[in-house]
Amino acid sequence: MTKSLRMGFAAIVGAIVLAGLGCSQKPETEVVVVKKNAGAKLKIVYIPKNTGNAYFDDVIAGFKEESDKLGDTFTSTAPAKADETSQISYIKDQVQKGVDVIAITPNSPVALNSALDEAKAKGVLVITVDADLDKNESHRVACVLPTDFAQVAIGQLDTLVDQLPNGGDFAILSATRSASNQNAWIDGIKAALTQPKYSKLHLVDVVYGDDQAEKSTTEAEALFTKYPNLRGIISPTSAGLPAAAQSLETKGLFPGGPHANAAGGIVLTGLATPNAMKKFVMKGEVAKFQLWSPRAMGVMACYLADAIKSGKVKAEEGVEFEVPGIGTHKFGPKGVITAGPMVTFDKKNIGLFNF
Amino acid sequence: MRSLLRRPELAPLVLLVVAFILAARASHSFLDLSYLLDTTTLHAETALMALGMTLVIISGNIDLSPASNLALTACIVAKLNAAGLHPILTVLAAVSIGGALGAVNGVLVAYGKLPSFLVTLGTLALYRGAAQALTGSAPVTIPNPLTGADKLLILGVPFPFVVVLAIATLAGLLLHRTIFGRWTYAVGMNEGAARFSAVPASAVKFWCFTLLGCLSGLSAILLLSRLGVARYDLAQGQELDVITAVLLGGASLTGGKGTVVGTMLAVALVAVVRAGMGLRDWPAEHQLALIGALLVGAALATGGLEKLAAWTRVVREV
Repeated sequence: MTKSLRMGFAAIVGAIVLAGLGCSQKPETEVVVVKKNAGAKLKIVYIPKNTGNAYFDDVIAGFKEESDKLGDTFTSTAPAKADETSQISYIKDQVQKGVDVIAITPNSPVALNSALDEAKAKGVLVITVDADLDKNESHRVACVLPTDFAQVAIGQLDTLVDQLPNGGDFAILSATRSASNQNAWIDGIKAALTQPKYSKLHLVDVVYGDDQAEKSTTEAEALFTKYPNLRGIISPTSAGLPAAAQSLETKGLFPGGPHANAAGGIVLTGLATPNAMKKFVMKGEVAKFQLWSPRAMGVMACYLADAIKSGKVKAEEGVEFEVPGIGTHKFGPKGVITAGPMVTFDKKNIGLFNF
Repeated sequence: MRSLLRRPELAPLVLLVVAFILAARASHSFLDLSYLLDTTTLHAETALMALGMTLVIISGNIDLSPASNLALTACIVAKLNAAGLHPILTVLAAVSIGGALGAVNGVLVAYGKLPSFLVTLGTLALYRGAAQALTGSAPVTIPNPLTGADKLLILGVPFPFVVVLAIATLAGLLLHRTIFGRWTYAVGMNEGAARFSAVPASAVKFWCFTLLGCLSGLSAILLLSRLGVARYDLAQGQELDVITAVLLGGASLTGGKGTVVGTMLAVALVAVVRAGMGLRDWPAEHQLALIGALLVGAALATGGLEKLAAWTRVVREV
């Protein structure tokens, strides 16, 4: 580069610097936020798995509701993809911004450890929400899980037996063979069938829709053909249940449907979000199904974030505390706490939920 | 002035300066040296693969498989390490395995005469699939001595950044100061003419892919060390970040154009944009859209600057 070229380069860079400094005189939003919430006690951020997920939008709504009540400043931010590494830069950026609490639904039980430790070293409280850092619990202080997963199997059987008091054959439409929560629930259902309350129900098959709508539909329709006297299907997965409901509607096999089998039609229940099931419930093709409440989990996580950070509650096994409006809760082992019981959705209440 | 406008690094340099100022003004947390240095550790793998990709793209080819290569290499060496392989041998194994996977692309493209897009689209899926077949969906954790390279500071600079600077220097020397570098540009500009001038075009292409493979292997080690865990879905989609950086840096997909400095400036640009927007809680989808717009904008600007350069020459000659 000749001297004149170098001068030219310097001139361009200089001009851009001046332009950059001259423009954008708008006030910094961050400063405004702090001023607006002059009474704010804590800055809380929630990092879900990824953006654009209605389930997490409902968790966020719970956080907002509770942070408004407490007077805390709440924000939420998340990566576009839910992969192993995508949350790391988000954690670092929030620490750099000086938040007091990071609540996170971790995409990996291992890969976030070092970033979370950095947060802890800078005095940030870390809690996990909806999923935990399995075997790495020391990298967070507390974990809020949506519901007591041990009760899911019984809850599912109860919704089925309520509708089939005289019993009958039923099948399970699951997600993937390797999903540990699904397998735990299937085992739970099998174990509970020995109880007198459920003794008239007979589990004839367990099939897997791999969490895909198409595969779930195929598997559901195979069940209809294979078991002409089938009375029930439990699909404890948010992809499987709507797919099975759609097949029941298309084939008219639901109780009272045009092609219901001689035994009385197929009763469907399971776990899914209310938005995915609303139309089937309103038409009466599916009477009731269940899920936990992501919103209640958000409320609880936000309350705990505030209470632990300000020293009101210690996240230790056996410690009890009361969340206003939700009730009394008690920490289990390793600082884990469950937000609440399962919610059963039916025609009467499904309109109240939007997730 | 004319040759300044023709420099491929101009667009990323200007954008980097602008982005840096805007980021500093957008958030008072941005201008913090320790934060900025720490942020480099998040982009070290992209930078290393982008350096290798610069060679491949200058030679007139493309490689879609480096991120899959990284994942497969990471899974293999994590298993080897868990089985008791010495940490130093694990690092060497990673570079060798990555290099071997890159060499597969190189052989098929350079000697099999297959289009690089086709070959590496295949290995993109093949390597990722092999990684999943090898480890399933279970993460493979690696023990302590290998982890935490991103926390290791050398004169205050994180170790991965030191590695990037060293490799960038070597790549710059290789590309701009050796006969191999001149051959690479020659092959990318006009392979027929290069062969006619006795340039060993096939060997040049083979080594470009192999070197990118070695850098994918090195990236695998850095990522493993940072995360402490290998999984088949590591770095999924990162090949696009890598290619974006190289093209933002002024390289041309038609070959024969691109520089190490341009690529490094572009990686820094993406890092600054992401950090600035991350500190302002910009939604992830806006970040993606802005980086996409930057790529298209930089391409347009580079084209426009070249026209301007040609015009100033005409004016001068008149």
